[in-house]
Amino acid sequence: MRRLHLLFVVLLLTVVGLSVAWYKYNTLGFPLTPDRETETWTVEAQIAVNPGQAPASVHFALPTDPPHYSVLDESYVSRGWGLTNQFTKRQREAVWTKRDPEGKQTLYYQATVYRAQEEIQPSPYPGPADPPQLEEPLKSAAEAFIEEIRATSADIQTFATLLVKEVNAANPHENIAAFLKPDATETERTRLAIRLLSIARIPARMTHGVTLTDEGRNLRPTTWLEVHNSRRWVPIDPRTGSLGYPRHFLVWWHGDRPALDSSGLKGAELTFASTRNLRDAVETARLQSSIVNSRLIDFSLLDLPIDAQNTYRVLLLVPLGALIIVLLRNVIGIRTFGTFMPVLIALSFRETQLIGGVMLFTLIVAMGLVIRFYLEHLKLLLVPRLASVVIVVILLMALTSIVSHRLGIEIGLSVGLFPMVILAMTIERVSIVWEEHGPADALTQGAGSLAVAALAYLVMVNDYVTHLFFVFPELLLVVLAVTLLLGRYTGYRLTELFRFRAFKTLAQARRPDSAGDNR
Amino acid sequence: MAINWPISPRRLRELGVLGMNQRNGEFIAELNTRRYYPLVDDKLLSKELAVEAGLYVPELYGVIRTTHEFKGLSKLVGQHEEFVIKPANGAGGDGILVIDGKQSDHPLVYRRGSGRPIDIDAIALHISNILAGAYSLGGRPDVAMIEYRVKFSPLFAKISFQGVPDIRTIVYKGYPVMAMVRLPTSQSDGKANLHQGAIGAGVDMALGRTLDGVAHNAQVIHHPDTLEPIQGVEIPGWQSLLEMAATCSDITGLGYIGVDVVLDRDRGPLILELNARPGLSIQVANGEGLRHRIERIDRHLKYLNRPENAAERACWSRENLAPLNL
Repeated sequence: MRRLHLLFVVLLLTVVGLSVAWYKYNTLGFPLTPDRETETWTVEAQIAVNPGQAPASVHFALPTDPPHYSVLDESYVSRGWGLTNQFTKRQREAVWTKRDPEGKQTLYYQATVYRAQEEIQPSPYPGPADPPQLEEPLKSAAEAFIEEIRATSADIQTFATLLVKEVNAANPHENIAAFLKPDATETERTRLAIRLLSIARIPARMTHGVTLTDEGRNLRPTTWLEVHNSRRWVPIDPRTGSLGYPRHFLVWWHGDRPALDSSGLKGAELTFASTRNLRDAVETARLQSSIVNSRLIDFSLLDLPIDAQNTYRVLLLVPLGALIIVLLRNVIGIRTFGTFMPVLIALSFRETQLIGGVMLFTLIVAMGLVIRFYLEHLKLLLVPRLASVVIVVILLMALTSIVSHRLGIEIGLSVGLFPMVILAMTIERVSIVWEEHGPADALTQGAGSLAVAALAYLVMVNDYVTHLFFVFPELLLVVLAVTLLLGRYTGYRLTELFRFRAFKTLAQARRPDSAGDNR
Repeated sequence: MAINWPISPRRLRELGVLGMNQRNGEFIAELNTRRYYPLVDDKLLSKELAVEAGLYVPELYGVIRTTHEFKGLSKLVGQHEEFVIKPANGAGGDGILVIDGKQSDHPLVYRRGSGRPIDIDAIALHISNILAGAYSLGGRPDVAMIEYRVKFSPLFAKISFQGVPDIRTIVYKGYPVMAMVRLPTSQSDGKANLHQGAIGAGVDMALGRTLDGVAHNAQVIHHPDTLEPIQGVEIPGWQSLLEMAATCSDITGLGYIGVDVVLDRDRGPLILELNARPGLSIQVANGEGLRHRIERIDRHLKYLNRPENAAERACWSRENLAPLNL
């Protein structure tokens, strides 16, 4: 019963820990490995305004849930202008207003975007398009053209592709030649494609976007065509009819209209600029999840002040060290001084590096032991003796640092980071074991402690491990589950197989005739 | 020389050898209620309990609880030639000072077990270290007990070197399971501590007679110092010794304990201390695992219709748990 209960708790902890981590990895995009960077783009829209006499207002369309991309961050620079944001017809807009603008001015809008997903999200079907009112003979010509295309296409996508190709052909089909001026612009051709599509009752719309280029200046928006295939909006290149947006195309606004709509101005000119930057993947994921409004991120360590974060980077490794101790003590059977002292020593190795740390530790404990045996000779009381050992340990640490600095060995300087009280207690315990159980026992336990500390250090110093537990602290639940499971481990320890090896011969010697009884 | 390979876990399991994790998880954690621990960890308390139950223990001369009781120290110990000072909550025999005899009265100087002289001030210092918690678990303040120094019976004189041999019995749910005699050697510095090289000799549960010994996990047939065979020494009053051990389980309420008994020349078996976490070496000393015996006790308890008293339990163990009966 108790066993079942434990298994249930262990299973629950593991499932919760792993699934939260999986969600963060898969959905929010937290990286599993450290030093991963993601590509982000900073796009800037510059609106050069030439105001007139009247009060001015500038409506500017802002990127609204652009396909593939996510807006991480945005900012406005518009000194002296009133700024409001509005949301009309599924399009966000910034509205700048000023009562008496004087002289040429530039308004800036800056956004940091990053390519979040490869798929275009589904959107509800807007309903069949209303066919335009056409007069004969244009109407029959268009309908004949549509019939022809429909006959050679399979579905909405291929239909739209073929249609766009026809519209762009060098020698347009006779039925649509009447709709086209020979020198029609891209936007006009797109507009025509939308009209023709609407005869076939296919919902289509115009989009405008910017092709992001590193260090790109004076970028002009490009027109694109989207048709709704009853699940999602499918982008089609209005020039070639090919499907999909180019990789670095950021959709800015929808509809057959300019991004800028101003009043009271003599003129306004819009240009775009973009730069590419690399950003820490963790940071990107954090911004991304705050946009998704994930509740999880409210409990993230990443929002803490930096120094608190650094503390937790170390603290979160202690449970792992504790698990290692449990493994080494209860499954392997290594004996150590104090239960968790090796973890603390391992933490201080983080500053001194392994070899230097082991050497310094051994040196200081050995010197401390000599002093401690001398103090024993003086017959001091316990607490003053411990205090004296602490004082001597600190003096020894200072001495080691000075001597090694003189010798030009910089590692000696980091000795100050050893927890001195731990050192003093270690010296005290070693000396008691030494006295009561002999030097052999003391040395075995000392070596055991150092070996455990070294192993714990090697695991804890690993970049991947540090990163994993800091970004996915819920993995500690899994560590807890494993520790709980080990808490019910009643099998033999590895060292016991050595300790009891006398049984190989003993059992037979003592009971020669009953050796086969138990099998 | 052939390499001494470790034994396979499967073979160990077959032999019923108890490992540390199993001892801790299945016996100590299940059978020993934590709130009864002080009864065995505090030797003063266990001594009181044992006396109440009519068991024999080394006589308590006095207890020193605070430093200002030092004034009465010379008066307290002055009347005794020999005595032992131990911390009430000491772990693993740490902090025990054995005084073997008086050298002079003015100034008051004694002789230690090792033969070195020790004056009353040094004794007071040792006591103050005990009071400060130098030998107790976790360094908690402690009290010092001054008690009768056991004059050990000549029974084991031939097979021990200095020191006091003691008899450790493991008691499971009130039934003595297994016993061993711990024999000091010169290597163990006269201490009955197996870690330091004392010999552990198994004891035949039926007859109370020693089997071969084990030191450092290897079989020993003759004592290394006296060269006498370890096997075949019969412990007098074996039945009453087992009854004492079984009673200790009743008075402490612990289901899995080790009872340490010494044989005194004049006073017979005396209970030295109780242990709520008895070690596993007793299995090596007896060349047998504890588990098969424990399973027999469990089987016996299942078909028992009334609780047995200590004497009956000791009898049952003698009849059913001797190695040749398994």
